[in-house]
Amino acid sequence: MVKSILLVGVGGQGTILASKLLTTGLMEAGYDVKMSEIHGMSQRGGSVSSQVRYGEKVESPVIEVGGADILVSFEKMEALRWLKYLKPNGKVIVNNYQINSMPILSGKFDYPEGIIEELSSKVQTTVADAAKHAAELGNPKVMNVILLGATIKSMGLESLHWDKIVRDNVKEQFAELNLKALQVGMGLV
Amino acid sequence: MKKLLTGNEAIARGVYEAGVKYASAYPGTPSTEILENIATYKQDILAEWAPNEKVALEAVIGASIAGARAIASMKHVGVNVAADPLFTYAYTGVNAGMVLITADEPGQHSSQNEQDNRNYAKFAKVAMLEPTDSQECKDMVKTAFEVSEEFDTPVIIRMTTRVCHAKAIVECGERQEVGFKPYVKDVKKYLTVPAHARGLRVKVEERLHKLRQYSNTTPLNFIEWNDTKVGVIASGACYSYAKEVFGNTVSYLKLGFTHPLPDEKIKEFAGKVEKLYVIEENDPYIEEQVRILGFDCLGKNLFPYNGEMTSDIIRKAVFGQENPAIAYAENKVVPRPPALCAGCPHRGFFYQLGKRKNVLVSGDIGCYTLGFAEPYNAMDYNICMGASISCGHGAQQVFSMQKDSPMRVVAVLGDSTFFHTGVNSLLDVTYNRSNTITVILDNRITGMTGHQENPGSGYTLQGMETIPVDIEKLVRACGIENVKTVNPNDLAAMNEALDWALSLDAPSVIITRWPCVLKKLSQQDKEEFRGVFKTHCSVDTEVCVGCKLCLKTGCPAVHFDKTTKKSNISGDCVGCEVCLQVCPKQAIKKEEA
Repeated sequence: MVKSILLVGVGGQGTILASKLLTTGLMEAGYDVKMSEIHGMSQRGGSVSSQVRYGEKVESPVIEVGGADILVSFEKMEALRWLKYLKPNGKVIVNNYQINSMPILSGKFDYPEGIIEELSSKVQTTVADAAKHAAELGNPKVMNVILLGATIKSMGLESLHWDKIVRDNVKEQFAELNLKALQVGMGLV
Repeated sequence: MKKLLTGNEAIARGVYEAGVKYASAYPGTPSTEILENIATYKQDILAEWAPNEKVALEAVIGASIAGARAIASMKHVGVNVAADPLFTYAYTGVNAGMVLITADEPGQHSSQNEQDNRNYAKFAKVAMLEPTDSQECKDMVKTAFEVSEEFDTPVIIRMTTRVCHAKAIVECGERQEVGFKPYVKDVKKYLTVPAHARGLRVKVEERLHKLRQYSNTTPLNFIEWNDTKVGVIASGACYSYAKEVFGNTVSYLKLGFTHPLPDEKIKEFAGKVEKLYVIEENDPYIEEQVRILGFDCLGKNLFPYNGEMTSDIIRKAVFGQENPAIAYAENKVVPRPPALCAGCPHRGFFYQLGKRKNVLVSGDIGCYTLGFAEPYNAMDYNICMGASISCGHGAQQVFSMQKDSPMRVVAVLGDSTFFHTGVNSLLDVTYNRSNTITVILDNRITGMTGHQENPGSGYTLQGMETIPVDIEKLVRACGIENVKTVNPNDLAAMNEALDWALSLDAPSVIITRWPCVLKKLSQQDKEEFRGVFKTHCSVDTEVCVGCKLCLKTGCPAVHFDKTTKKSNISGDCVGCEVCLQVCPKQAIKKEEA
């Protein structure tokens, strides 16, 4: 059985590190893993996604519309943009965090209201205040690892050797901080 | 050892293991990380950024002639630039093995077109391999070099975005040293005067014949027999998409060696299945061969010509099925287009240029292409790398033929694009004397592809200090007498430079010199641009009248607060001060961050 995790956000939010830790953990646990990302122009403040698929044998690295088991959105509006990729019985983890896009900054559009309500009315939704928790940990950048922790718990992957995976993949001086962030994230689900 | 690698990383690993000694490329999505990763094997491989793809391939050809295994990598449109040497090296053949990687873009995620470079293998009459996943990427590099040397041919490896940028598990091996092949002067083989080239032309056909036999016997082209009611022929990423949809319910002919195509194997497969699908992205490259061999199939008469052939597309075409998906208020979602970063040095220039009337802005390929968008609306077209100046020259000549035309052309390109193919275009402007204005946006790095060094940056790919090309001197050497270098964040100076250039009835060049906000600054940068990106601007809400003029700078750090009806500047600000100069009420102040 192949599972599909869709991580989405805005360029610069750290989806790439989160997906790197996740895929490394899955590989070391013996799963076949494929991941797809689109690099390039979208990095300039655009919408970004990391598509992770794992199981006994994975063929395509790309998640279809209606194909994700879980949608993890690092930004509120992005959750709504990518919701169609979720299976109707799938789960959403949404970061309660807003980043205004250019058409909103310029006053042409308003940031949409009621996103959390719209999500919650359609699917099982976990709202994470990752920015608040990251600030409590003393570094706003670990928002991504907090959200990864929530994802791991939601997918029942908490028994993998995350301690080693984090230590192997982040700079030594940030290892403890990231491990704490991962624990905080797991506690949110 | 097992590693999780992107296709690009796996190619680099394969290059290392295959004993390659020399690599060259010009950055371009989705190919850029191939050379960046090859460069990490510093002890064993010399990896260099070339000014453009033609130069990269030519350097690699030289290395191959001199006796080292060598590889060039580029995005699909880069091969257009490099096609000239490719077609002739296809005639001479190699000394040590030579491989060219083309990274195609079905779906055009980061490209101006969707050309199918499999056609280049057929056109140039060289061998071609197509990997499906990262493991195949690594393994096929080794095979490609063996084929290159055994059959005396350049070899193309054709990748696509999803193969380049998808990660999968790869079993890595050790480097196999192959040494240098002795260099022996052989003008009949390498000197392509017509008397020699006519002989080479015959050999090319003989080689194709041998390669076709190889294609029919290589395990890179294999059949998986399941139920024979339905058969699928696919290569590259399409094979994984097809497997996703059909699993083991159909039979497959998986093609990894796709030029020349394996005619006998296709006949064996197509002759045994009742219904045949050919699943491929872009052109009907395999399908045409299948039809020539006399088999009917479902190909482009069923699947789309354009875009990616992902599993959902195949499922819809074959079964008319779509996955159930959640219905929701999708129309609430506001677009999130890419934008020039806060502190981008292109902002001040486009802010000023966008206000000009009777100006055609001849654009080019880079972050600055975003100058076309709101709020600047300051670009009319872009065609290909370096074309801003030459297309601009042609346009200016035609405007100038019309006595009452007020139109002036401003050609816009970056430093790396100028080095790529802008220099020869500028020679056209001086030689043929148009009054085209050229603006070189020198942000001290190759920006859009992720900060690669270039001939102007002072460093090589592998970190060696080198002679930085002085753009102003180069421009003057091209015969341009009217040259000005300005700080694009100084709006008055920028405006003055444009006024000056527009007043001249002669070619001129404006160089804007300020670093990309994302650049890792060198020691020289820190000295030249003292204190850059270390300040911050803020709005004095007592003074702000809510006129929104600052929003016209298109800066993602500036926004309008609808409740207070005042502008606001976020923490993303790095103090370029463009908004500060635009504010008519002096409500924006600079502070040390």
